[in-house]
Amino acid sequence: MTAPPASVGDVGAGLREAGYLPGESTALVAFLAARLGKPVLVEGPAGVGKTELAKALARYLDRRLVRLQCYEGLDEAKALYEWNYRKQLLRIQSGEGAGWDSVQDDIFSADFLLERPLMDAIASEEPVVLLIDEIDKTDQEFEAMLLELLSDFQISIPELGRIDARTRPVVILTSNNTRELTEALKRRCLYLWVDYPDADHELEIVRLHAPELAETVARRLVEVVQMVRALDLKKPPSIAESIDWARALLLLGADSIDADTFRDTLSVIVKHRTDLDTVAERVGVQLADPAGHAPFGARPKP
Amino acid sequence: MPPSEPVPSPEPGGFPAQILAFAEELRAEGLAVGTSELLDAFSALGEVSWTERDAVREALAATLAKSPEDRRIFALIFERFFFRAAEAEAVARDVREDGGVQAANEGEALELDLEDLRRQIAQAMQDGSEGAMRDLARLAIAAFGRQGEGSGVIGVDVQRIRRALGLRSEPQPELPPDDPRAEGLPRDRLRAFEAHLRRELERAMIERTQKLPPARPLSELDRALPSGPLADLAAVHRIVAQLKRRLATQGQEQRGRKRHAHVDVRRTMRASLQTGGVPVELKYRPRRPRRPEIYVLCDVSTSVTSASVFFLSVLHALHDSFRKLRSFVFIERISEVTDVFERERNFKAVAEAIGRDAGVADISGYTDYGRVWREFLEQVEDDLHPRATVIVMGDARTNGRDPRADLFAAVAGKAGRTFWLNPEPRLYWNYGDSVIAAYEQHCQAFECWTTNQLEDFVKALTRPVTGVGA
Repeated sequence: MTAPPASVGDVGAGLREAGYLPGESTALVAFLAARLGKPVLVEGPAGVGKTELAKALARYLDRRLVRLQCYEGLDEAKALYEWNYRKQLLRIQSGEGAGWDSVQDDIFSADFLLERPLMDAIASEEPVVLLIDEIDKTDQEFEAMLLELLSDFQISIPELGRIDARTRPVVILTSNNTRELTEALKRRCLYLWVDYPDADHELEIVRLHAPELAETVARRLVEVVQMVRALDLKKPPSIAESIDWARALLLLGADSIDADTFRDTLSVIVKHRTDLDTVAERVGVQLADPAGHAPFGARPKP
Repeated sequence: MPPSEPVPSPEPGGFPAQILAFAEELRAEGLAVGTSELLDAFSALGEVSWTERDAVREALAATLAKSPEDRRIFALIFERFFFRAAEAEAVARDVREDGGVQAANEGEALELDLEDLRRQIAQAMQDGSEGAMRDLARLAIAAFGRQGEGSGVIGVDVQRIRRALGLRSEPQPELPPDDPRAEGLPRDRLRAFEAHLRRELERAMIERTQKLPPARPLSELDRALPSGPLADLAAVHRIVAQLKRRLATQGQEQRGRKRHAHVDVRRTMRASLQTGGVPVELKYRPRRPRRPEIYVLCDVSTSVTSASVFFLSVLHALHDSFRKLRSFVFIERISEVTDVFERERNFKAVAEAIGRDAGVADISGYTDYGRVWREFLEQVEDDLHPRATVIVMGDARTNGRDPRADLFAAVAGKAGRTFWLNPEPRLYWNYGDSVIAAYEQHCQAFECWTTNQLEDFVKALTRPVTGVGA
C-alpha cells in the first residue's frame, strides 16, 4: 500500500490487523505522521510498545523497516555513511599509472560509499519506515546532525554534495525520557506520549497476543499487573512483561492465578531482587487471602 | 469577587484566530509554542475531523505540547479555553440552555428524593459515565445550590454540594453494602464530578451575569502533576537517576574536544597490517567512564524536621543509584548510616531505623556544625580525593556555635566538588543564626525543598565548572 491512509479509523484498523492495538491518540498521531510526512517523537516508559509501533506501522503500510539503534558514542560513520577505505585503497593500487584526477573522481563516487541506516532510508527506491530507537541515548551532537534529515529529508556529504530523499520515509523516533531532548529536535517532530494502558485496553492486548489463555485468567492477570504497577518499584512491569506472563501461564496450564502460581511466576514480571520482595509481600499476601479478591478493581458491575 | 471582563464580541478571523489565542494562552503558561509549531498545528487540523473533540485535541497536543509536563498543562488549558470560548459565544448570541440551575420547580420535586439522587450520583461515578455525571451535576446544583443564594465563590459551593451529597473517598461502612459509597468512591472520579459541578456552576454564573470571569494563570497546585507521598518518592528517584547520569557524563564536553587526542598506536599498527602497513584506520584508546564517589551529609535536627523527610528520600534514592556512596546523618555528632540503607529497601523502615539508633544527638539536640566537620574529617579524611563529591543537606543554623568554616574549607579542598542543599528560602539565608555565607565561599549552595528545585540542582551540575573536576 503506497497511498496515504484516508482516515484515522483506517490507521487504527490497519494497525490492529498488523497485531498492534493502538490507543486513540496513537492511531491519530500515526495517521498525521503518514499524511503530513512529519517525524514522530514517541516517549513513554520502557516496554509500552514504542518500538513495536514502528514495526506495526511498517507492516501496515507494507514498507521496509530501517532501524537505527542509538547508543552513547554513535557517530555519523555508523549512522549515515562511511567511505570504504579498503576498496578505495585497492582502487588506487590497481589503477597505478592512471591519472590522479580520474582516480580521485572515481574513489569518491557512490561505489565507494558504505550506506548506513539513515542513508539507506533516504536513498531507498521504495518508501520505508525509519525507526530511530532510543534517541535519548546519543549525545546532543548527534541530535543536531539529525536535524537536516528530519526537516528536509536530505543529507549533505562534503565530497559528493547533497543527497535528497527519493521517497519520503515515515520516521519514528523513540525516547525513554532519560535526557531532555533539544527544542530544535522536538520542534521538527509530532509528539506522542504513550503510557501504560488502562485495564480494558491491556486486557485486549494480552488477549491478542495470548488468545488461548482463558478470559478469566487474562482478566485476573491484568488486574494483578495493574496492582503491581501501582507499587513503588524500580522497574514496574511493562506490557511486554504482561504478555510474557500470559504466555508463561499458558505453558504452565494455569487455570487461575492463586498465591502459589503467583509466587512461582513472579520473576516474569518483576526483574529486580528488591522489587521481588516488595511485590511478594504486598501482592502475594492479598492473593493468599481469599477475602482479598474484592479490592482487585473488579468492581461489581450493575 | 474579582472584577469580571466584559464578554468579548465575536472576533473576526473565526477559528484560526481562536487557535492563535489558544496558543497565546499556552505561551503564557510557559510552553514553547513557536511559529513552526503553529503551522504544524494548522496542517494537522486540516487532516482531522473537526466535529470530533478528541481528534482535535490530540492533533493540537501532538503538535503543540512536547513533553509530559506540557501535555498536562495543555489538557488543563484546552478544557478552560474552549469552555470559555463557547460560553462567550453563547452569551454573545444570547443562547440559553434549558434545565440547569434555572429549573427551580424541578428542584422542589427532587428535594423529596435526595437519598436517591445521592445514590445515583455515586453509581454514575463508579461507572465513570461522563454524560450521566454531567446531568446529575446539574440536578445536584438545582437541588442544593439554592439559586441566587450560593456563596458566590464557586470553589466553596462545589465543596458544600459535595459534602451535602455525602460523597467521600473513604469507605463508609455504616451504609448498606450494596450502596456504591460503602467502599469509598474512586478519588479520580470524585475529582471529575467536582470538575463537572464547577463547570456547571460557572456556566450558570456566566448566564446570570452575562459576563466572563477573568482568566487567571494556572496555580502551582494545578500545574503540578498529581502526586501523593509515594509519587513524590518516585519523582525524587527519577531525578536522582538523572543526577547519576549527569555526574557520570560530567566533563563530557572536555572529553569531547580531545576525543581524537589519544590514538592507541599499538592497535593502529596492528590494524594497518590489513591494509599493507598503511594506517587507514586509527584506533583510539577507550574512554574510561568516571565513577563518581559521593559523600552525603544530612541534617536531621528539629529545625529541619519538615525538610528531613524530603532529604531522607533523596538519600534513599541516591543509594539506589550509586554504589560508591557513603551517607551520614548529623545533629550534634555525625553517624554513618550507609549500612542502614544497604540493609533496608523500604523507605519507612529506613526512616525509623535512623530515628531509632543513629545516635546523633548528644545532649541538647541542636546542630553543632563545628563538631560535625571535625568528626567528618576524622572519619573520611584519608578517603577524600579530587574525584569525590560531597553533598551537604542542612540549614546551616549553628545555634550560636562556632561554624568552623576552616574545617569545612578543608573538606571542600580535599573533595573535588562540594554542594550545599539548603531547605530554607534564599530570603532567610544569613538571618539569625544561619551562617551559610561562611560555607558558601567553599561550595555551591542551592535552595532545595521541592522536587523541582532538586531538578534545578541537577541541571546546574551540567554547567561546566572551571578549575574543578578530575
